[in-house]
Amino acid sequence: MISDITIGQFFPGQSVLHRMDPRVKIVLMFFFLVSLFLIDGPVPYGALTLLTIILGALSGIPAKIIIRSVKPLWWILLFTFLIHFASMPGRVVAQVWIFQFTEEGFWRGFFISLRLVLLIVLSSYLTLTTSPLMLTDALERLLKPLKCIGVPAHELAMMMTIALRFVPTLLQETDKIMKAQQSRGVDFSSGNMLTQLRNIIPILIPLFISAFRRADELAMAMEARCYHGGEGRTRMKALAVSGVDYGAVALSVIFLGAVMGASFFLKQS
Amino acid sequence: MSIEIKNVSYTYMPGTPFESKALDDVSLTVEEGSFVAIAGHTGSGKSTMLQHMNGLLQPTSGEIVIDGQALFGKGKEVKSARDKVGMVFQYPEHQLFEETVEADIAFGPKNRGLSEKEVAARVKMAMEFVGVDYEAYRQKSPFGLSGGEMRRVAIAGVVALSPKYLVLDEPTAGLNPQGRDELLEKIRELHEKRHMTIVFVSHDMDAIARYAERIIVLSGGRLVLDAAPYEAYSNKETIESAGLLLPRLTTLLRTVEAHGLKLNLKPKDMLTVEGAVRAIMAAKRPAPKAKNNQRGGKG
Repeated sequence: MISDITIGQFFPGQSVLHRMDPRVKIVLMFFFLVSLFLIDGPVPYGALTLLTIILGALSGIPAKIIIRSVKPLWWILLFTFLIHFASMPGRVVAQVWIFQFTEEGFWRGFFISLRLVLLIVLSSYLTLTTSPLMLTDALERLLKPLKCIGVPAHELAMMMTIALRFVPTLLQETDKIMKAQQSRGVDFSSGNMLTQLRNIIPILIPLFISAFRRADELAMAMEARCYHGGEGRTRMKALAVSGVDYGAVALSVIFLGAVMGASFFLKQS
Repeated sequence: MSIEIKNVSYTYMPGTPFESKALDDVSLTVEEGSFVAIAGHTGSGKSTMLQHMNGLLQPTSGEIVIDGQALFGKGKEVKSARDKVGMVFQYPEHQLFEETVEADIAFGPKNRGLSEKEVAARVKMAMEFVGVDYEAYRQKSPFGLSGGEMRRVAIAGVVALSPKYLVLDEPTAGLNPQGRDELLEKIRELHEKRHMTIVFVSHDMDAIARYAERIIVLSGGRLVLDAAPYEAYSNKETIESAGLLLPRLTTLLRTVEAHGLKLNLKPKDMLTVEGAVRAIMAAKRPAPKAKNNQRGGKG
């Protein structure tokens, strides 16, 4: 059913990755993703792949769920791989019509696809181990310095928080309205495109009405609790950097330094 | 002819940390022509069970049989079995969407492919049944009505389907006492005049006592009590451990009895004000006589 969808795919747990400060996680993730584009050669790629697997094991998230995050990109991966396989000049291993498949192309395609997979898996660790609210909280803190050039950090974060907060609610509502209209004889699964489109109207209108009603109620409730924007607001659960985070930062710096260095020197030789 | 729920279990989001078992091996049969109430604390699985009754949810294990037809599988019989059960959700007014009351109520019958004449007749009939004046309201926007009126229009949208079984999820939630009583009376009329089988979910034990012929209590996804209300209310511990309260009338009569007044209660007396008053009055009158007798006996 539609309400079974989890938002932000957060997977609750108590692992090291879960306990890390979300700000540190975002920053480290950023550096890992950037480094993915700077490295080259089998050894650095192997090291990053190994790290990705180790982090996956540390997070305690079932492999099935991690693999699920790659699934939607399966076709893109295949396409990327084939394009590189068929378009690199080099030693030809097979020829189909006008396409020449080369050995160099195979490795190129393989590494580019691997890079994409690592990119997705690594960034999915961030969203899998951090609740959406923690994420927005961290984003607000990280964007704060940009306030002086006019970035409305607090407002952006508040908007994200509210949006995230209401996604499950609206999904539930959609589920309920769909079921109610199904009980009145709407068949969502059959019919041609036009009937299917027309069948959306009895869902959309009630959904919009309830979304506006909720927005109204929420605004009222926030005002009643003296909400006046971000100025001078403190947090009940202040983010705090702990030992785990220092450890993670140290290890990451060493690891990234080593990988980048290896990548650079292997290329030179 | 009946709705049969056989060993039904249902789990939400199986295989994730959010997994929760909403129904645990529930079996019951709702006979045609009965008026059944389902009660239970929040999260006891009431709504989940209702949604099984017309095939909106497919049980994780077990099966639902309506008039001898199993609800899952392919074929026309399955669809027509589902169509026999009309479902009114909690806050049904949230499903209204058409420009006029008439068009909204006609939505269901139209989807069933009825002729225009038949649809119009159904709409009129349904509006009359829920007590919304046809001529005065048919052209109004459903969004301009009061809460109680919207609720009744929404219920009319389901009644217009002429279901054999009408299933309602907390039909009176959020209504004022007067609106609540009116609505329940209308539902009773549907039961008596149109011979619809009614299944309704409610927390309101007073309402259940007044209207239902049978009460089913769920607790933590399990069926803990299934009896006529007057029997059920003698089972105070079960009802209270399911997070519900006895009807105020029953509590009153119990308290009166606990204070030493012997009541000659017939089962039905426990459920209506008139019955209770009769029982109390009847108990009071012979009392002085009884006292005299006692004195006489001693003296």
